[in-house]
Amino acid sequence: MTQVIYDGTYEGWATAVFEIYEYKLKDIVFAKNEASADLLFSTNHIVITDEVKVKRVLSGLQKRLSGVGFQGLYHAFLSEMNKIEEIMFRYVQYVLSSTVNVEDDFGHNDVLELRKAIRLTGKEAHRMEAFVRFQLTKDQLYYAIVEPDCNVLPLIETHFKNRYADQRWLIYDVKRKYGVYYDLENVSTVEIQFDANASSSRFLAEISDEGEELFQDLWRNYFKSVNIESRKNKKLHLQHMPKRYWKNLTEKIPDIRSMGK
Amino acid sequence: MVHERVMEKLAILADAAKYDVSCSSSQSNRKNKDKGLGDAKGYGICHSYTEDGRCVSLLKILLTNHCIFDCAYCVSRKSNDVKRAAFTVQEVVDLTIGFYRRNYIEGLFLSSGIFDNPDYTMERLVRIAKKLRLEENFNGYIHLKAIPGASDELLQQAGMYADRLSVNVEMPTEKSLKLLAPEKNHIDVIQPMEYLKKEIVGHKEEKKLNYKAPLFAPAGQSTQMVIGATQENDMEILGMANYFYDQMNMRRVYYSGYVPISYDNRLPAIGTPVPIIRENRLYQADWLIRLYGFNVNEIVGFDQPNLDLDIDPKLGWALRNMNQFPVDVNTADLELIKRIPGIGFLSAKKIVAARKFKKLVPQDLQKLGIAYTRAKYFLAFATPFQLQKDLTSIQIKDQILNMQKSKYKNDFSNQLALF
Repeated sequence: MTQVIYDGTYEGWATAVFEIYEYKLKDIVFAKNEASADLLFSTNHIVITDEVKVKRVLSGLQKRLSGVGFQGLYHAFLSEMNKIEEIMFRYVQYVLSSTVNVEDDFGHNDVLELRKAIRLTGKEAHRMEAFVRFQLTKDQLYYAIVEPDCNVLPLIETHFKNRYADQRWLIYDVKRKYGVYYDLENVSTVEIQFDANASSSRFLAEISDEGEELFQDLWRNYFKSVNIESRKNKKLHLQHMPKRYWKNLTEKIPDIRSMGK
Repeated sequence: MVHERVMEKLAILADAAKYDVSCSSSQSNRKNKDKGLGDAKGYGICHSYTEDGRCVSLLKILLTNHCIFDCAYCVSRKSNDVKRAAFTVQEVVDLTIGFYRRNYIEGLFLSSGIFDNPDYTMERLVRIAKKLRLEENFNGYIHLKAIPGASDELLQQAGMYADRLSVNVEMPTEKSLKLLAPEKNHIDVIQPMEYLKKEIVGHKEEKKLNYKAPLFAPAGQSTQMVIGATQENDMEILGMANYFYDQMNMRRVYYSGYVPISYDNRLPAIGTPVPIIRENRLYQADWLIRLYGFNVNEIVGFDQPNLDLDIDPKLGWALRNMNQFPVDVNTADLELIKRIPGIGFLSAKKIVAARKFKKLVPQDLQKLGIAYTRAKYFLAFATPFQLQKDLTSIQIKDQILNMQKSKYKNDFSNQLALF
């Protein structure tokens, strides 16, 4: 068994694919950044991301897949699903060994698994387009904190750029410790170190614009008012809005003042 | 700037608007203009969900719940003793923008009680939409209620600023409308619908020839019927819906299960359960008509004027038409595969894509994510694999019902006695 260690990026994974073919590696398992301490693995193969190899692999795939199919591979990678690198590698093997485009061959296990990963990422991206809740700071920055299941910021930044073209905004993924920031011209990736205080309610109240609290209250008030008690359906509610998202949803957080008490 | 006093108004006017079930924010194509605020793309976004599981995508409010009419089914009826309130134009604008910028909503759904007269009311609604578009450069979604009786000029203006317009028919038949809202006529609702249809179609044609032509309600029009307040059967309701889809180019017809809000003896008493299952079955039937190629006559008819409550209408159709089955998914047309119970729109497409590569067997279908335990009664495979061949429709129905755990099971307890 060979453990293929790559840097955790899509390009790193593509380089790894190239080298698996290049060195004819067998029984591969992917690992991000460092080798698993598991003694079962006899050999380690360390991949250094190489643009030439990335290009060779990706352009080969581009020729054999539709535009959507090619993009799907990247989306599948962003899903961060368990064993996704291995699934993607087996999928690539199947694609490269076939004479026709096999991306719709759902009777094939790896094609189906890949499709599931794509769906998962797509669903999560759509969810984040919905569940981002901006708060306005004193210096007129709209910022939001998210913790998506998949690494979807690269997929949703254009949506937010098109929509909130006239306001500065920042969406920060606390799980992956980076954010996307729009400065009224471009979107860039930013890595900021939030100190432990940053999420405390007192800190938030201090940096907030003076109208912010009222709007949050209005939104919570609205959310309460539109509910129809006699139609209550908690199961459906949870299905649409799983609990893990609540901590970043204004309407699901008690307001700042009552939190301090 | 929005002030504290808006809080109470919002509670009253959001509460009064919530019985209008439409919350769609899709099917428009309004792009962000001049780096302004917002866009309204093809697909809608549900930003939140209420505890009853309904989507919240728009700020849905009434401009006011003052109303000169006394429609028995409506919570804002003149004779009802409720708190009344009215927003100013600026308050609605500020709320919409403030909510939108924080990504709470896709846009505004604005309706109103009729105060003074229809034109006066409609003029206010239009003024808000106009201000949002022209002064705030707001390109998010706007759904305006078209007030029956308002002038064509005002409807014309509404269409220039709104993405969707709707006139609610409220009661499925004229008879019920006369019973519960004697001051109203169906024709008052049909007229503006016809006007809007003509304008929407006209502007669309114009847009094809000249891409710079102005938008006119690009997300079309919709309407709503209250279900269960009166005696109509599902055939009458779906027949009416079908008329709206065919004749009025409606994008959507909404069915709103009546929530008892009145002691009026013409209506179900307070405490009567909301007909949630029936409402759900009507939506399923609506879907079959719009997306699955079913004709309304296949779903309800004089011999069966109401939808089954215990099974969905597609299964109901299949059980009545066993001569169409079994279907071989390896050879059948997409249209026929879509009609198999347990196989949805997307699964049907996946099946048709996947069968080009190999002959599909039951295990493949299971992995594709279809509801196989339900579909198996209607499938044929080259190697006979099942046992269900000689089952009657009643036996199949019985087996399927036994398999599923419905939280509404108690409502159907009398069903068991039938078999």
